[in-house]
Amino acid sequence: MSIEVKGLVKKFGTFAALDGVDLKVATGELVALLGPSGSGKTTLLRIIAGLDWPDAGEVTFDGENALARGAGERHVGFVFQHYALFRHMTVFENVAFGLRVQPRAVRKDEAGIRARVRELLDLVQLDWLSDHYPNQLSGGQRQRIALARALAIEPRILLLDEPFGALDAKVRKELRQWLRSLHHEIHVTSIFVTHDQEEALEVANRVVVMDKGRIVQIGTPGDVYDNPATAFVHGFIGESIVLSVEVSDGCVRLGGKTLSIRADGAASGASRLFVRRHDMQVGPAGSGAFEGKVRHVRTFGPIQRAEVALCWGEAVIEIDAPRDRELRTGDVVGLQPRHFRIFAAQE
Amino acid sequence: MEPPQLPMSVARDDLRTEPGTVRIVIIATALIFLTVFVVLPLVVVFAQAFSKGIGAYFSALSDPEALSAIRLTLLVAAISVGLNLVFGMVAAWAIAKFDFRGKTFLISLIDLPFSVSPVISGLVFVLLFGAQGYWGPWLQSHNIHVLFAVPGIALATIFVTFPFVARALIPLMQEQGTQEEEAAISLGASGLQTFFRVTLPNIKWGVLYGVLLCNARAMGEFGAVSVVSGHIRGETNTMPLLVEILYNEYQFVTSFAIASLLAMLALITLVAKTILERQLDEGQLPRVH
Amino acid sequence: MSGGRRSTLPGFGLTMGLTLTWLSVIVLIPLAGLFLKTLELSPDQFWGILTSRRTLNALKISFGLAFAAASVNLVMGTIIVWALVRYRFPGRRLFDAIVDVPFALPTAVAGVALTSLFAQKGWLGAPLAALGIKVAFTPIGIFIAMIFIGIPFVVRTVQPVLLDLDVEIEEAAASLGANRWHTVFRVILPSLVPALLTGFALAFARAVGEYGSVIFIAGNLPNVSEIAPLLIVIRLSEFRYADATAIAVVMLVASFLIIFAVNRLQRWAQLRLPAH
Repeated sequence: MSIEVKGLVKKFGTFAALDGVDLKVATGELVALLGPSGSGKTTLLRIIAGLDWPDAGEVTFDGENALARGAGERHVGFVFQHYALFRHMTVFENVAFGLRVQPRAVRKDEAGIRARVRELLDLVQLDWLSDHYPNQLSGGQRQRIALARALAIEPRILLLDEPFGALDAKVRKELRQWLRSLHHEIHVTSIFVTHDQEEALEVANRVVVMDKGRIVQIGTPGDVYDNPATAFVHGFIGESIVLSVEVSDGCVRLGGKTLSIRADGAASGASRLFVRRHDMQVGPAGSGAFEGKVRHVRTFGPIQRAEVALCWGEAVIEIDAPRDRELRTGDVVGLQPRHFRIFAAQE
Repeated sequence: MEPPQLPMSVARDDLRTEPGTVRIVIIATALIFLTVFVVLPLVVVFAQAFSKGIGAYFSALSDPEALSAIRLTLLVAAISVGLNLVFGMVAAWAIAKFDFRGKTFLISLIDLPFSVSPVISGLVFVLLFGAQGYWGPWLQSHNIHVLFAVPGIALATIFVTFPFVARALIPLMQEQGTQEEEAAISLGASGLQTFFRVTLPNIKWGVLYGVLLCNARAMGEFGAVSVVSGHIRGETNTMPLLVEILYNEYQFVTSFAIASLLAMLALITLVAKTILERQLDEGQLPRVH
Repeated sequence: MSGGRRSTLPGFGLTMGLTLTWLSVIVLIPLAGLFLKTLELSPDQFWGILTSRRTLNALKISFGLAFAAASVNLVMGTIIVWALVRYRFPGRRLFDAIVDVPFALPTAVAGVALTSLFAQKGWLGAPLAALGIKVAFTPIGIFIAMIFIGIPFVVRTVQPVLLDLDVEIEEAAASLGANRWHTVFRVILPSLVPALLTGFALAFARAVGEYGSVIFIAGNLPNVSEIAPLLIVIRLSEFRYADATAIAVVMLVASFLIIFAVNRLQRWAQLRLPAH
């Protein structure tokens, strides 16, 4: 089932949660809605699910108007951030719920329901928990049951609201991979919401970056990482070094000193220079576009992270360098950006 | 690090208690007060009821007037509890699961019967249905009896027990939120299916609690019912009213026998209430005073 | 489709409609009837009824004795709640449970029980009579009954606050050199004041309107031991609906004012003491 959203607007009082959102999701895609809190991503998801209603705009599934139907009729599977498992029912009954409330005409018989629930519990590898209650399960297990429950009704669209947000780091990583392989297996059109950019980049086919109720960029994870459309996207995804610079006719000046790098094509005026931390090459003093003095070095794992005070512009930045070339406090180093972007200061 | 001299809890408590004699005086005062004002009255009820022996006690209870009063009390309680139970669930759903303006105001309106004196609760119905009330003449001409009959008693009882179930359910359902219901809806359940399969099991202890308190009040109500009942012997006397009539006629054993039934109801209610309070988390339980 | 305030969960319209209907039928219309009746009186008539000797005395007795009883409950309630929360002694749980009895016991039962207890030949009435104190059928009897029904209010309102009290505050006071009396009277009790006042107001409001527990033990002599609710009942039996209504309105307004004051107190408490 493909999804199309046009011109969606949703206000809560004077606060615009969604400010004109357009989006197309193809059948079978796994899409991430990525953004900080307040960006509107959960609101968008809930409107697609039918748990919230827009003030203006359209939502269509395979061309049909979805807003004409309520949440129960849209055949959408929704997985809540805090699972929303029915606390007084066993795992089995939770997963069976969607099948039990179907109208008599469509409902499977008891044997059919049991078979389907078994099938789903096998799929999420938790059939041994069938008689347990939600409060006896770990967070990761609850999340998988919530997913099984949503899948029980054979939805054409699967929506997940920060599915791994409430779990600890290791479980999160495991479930990410598991979700990816599950999607590979069942190929349902899926949208998940997250504020964790690493998760979005790792799991999704396409990433939709949102900020302040608007979509800022849509692209593959590689796209969004390598070619961020705005300063916001660059800063939100991956770790960046940001410097305030002056651009005039392609010349870049930092603290009055003209740098050896050029920004031909960039608009003149106050601007910001974005470089990914790992794109900043460290060399001996005198080499590279920048020069600075190391103030402090931290080593963790395979990385040295150094605080460097640049010689011009009074900027202090953090750079990462591999361990083979040891940095010490007081060293003067040259820094060359392999790859950088310049955005106008107001962006 | 040196180990502390005293176990921490003892050292802490030392700073936080009064001297021994003060403690004893406070405890004694509290216990004597409670014994005099609460325990003794309870004991007196049973002492008086059984003062002429067990035989007299049971024959008092099988007196036709007594039986009729017991039947009426049970009937009125069943009606009030039943209706206010449905109302309580309906109101709690509207208030707890949705957002709208004026919610606090609506809740205070529901609470109104609590802050009205029982006599006034009866008075308002006399003003409506009494011989000189707004609808009195109309009712008389149609030979419909509200006051001095069961409908009047039922109405007055429904009024005074109105908020009990709602007040028990509203905070409970607000605390539980709407996530499970949303999940049920998204899985295709209808409103009624959602309420009966998802919401109701989650609030069952709250329902029981509300019904328990509602029932206790319904059976024990005196002031409001006294005003609307007309005290017609054998017909419109509930148990509390019969207690009054018999007491005023110096039929102490019978009066206290019926009073003892009501006292036992109160004690059972208290015990059940304590058990239920432990089922419901402390924080969730509303002070239904 | 666009716009429209639809909610996710169904049934709002229906449940709201039913709620408002039942509320109106059972509560609002009857209460409206009361105020309508009041409006039928001219201000002069209204004032005349209220200031008649018997009415004034009934109101004085009801409010005055209720205030006195609530004050006793304020002091005794504090002692009781302190003992229940702070100390351990055999039977503590039992006594904690029986604090609720005056609230659970039907008022008529309380009324006949207290009368029997304090009558001239009663278990407590006899020793008191020997001392020359007559309780039953006097204003003192009313006072006793009002104390009885107010017991749970101060205790149950203060109990959660006292339970939640921060241990460290007391330890801080002690470490700064305060002796036990200082700590209790200057640190702990002041933080209980809002709850105490709320309990007092609730006990007061309840006692003013109380009927069943009081009319047995009161003498019910006009101007001497007649409470306002009884006067309302008498006026009703005389078909003097207007008089009954006037008195009822005064009592209602008074209780609403008390409830209003209680809500204000609670909001003030939340501002002053954010920890609670």
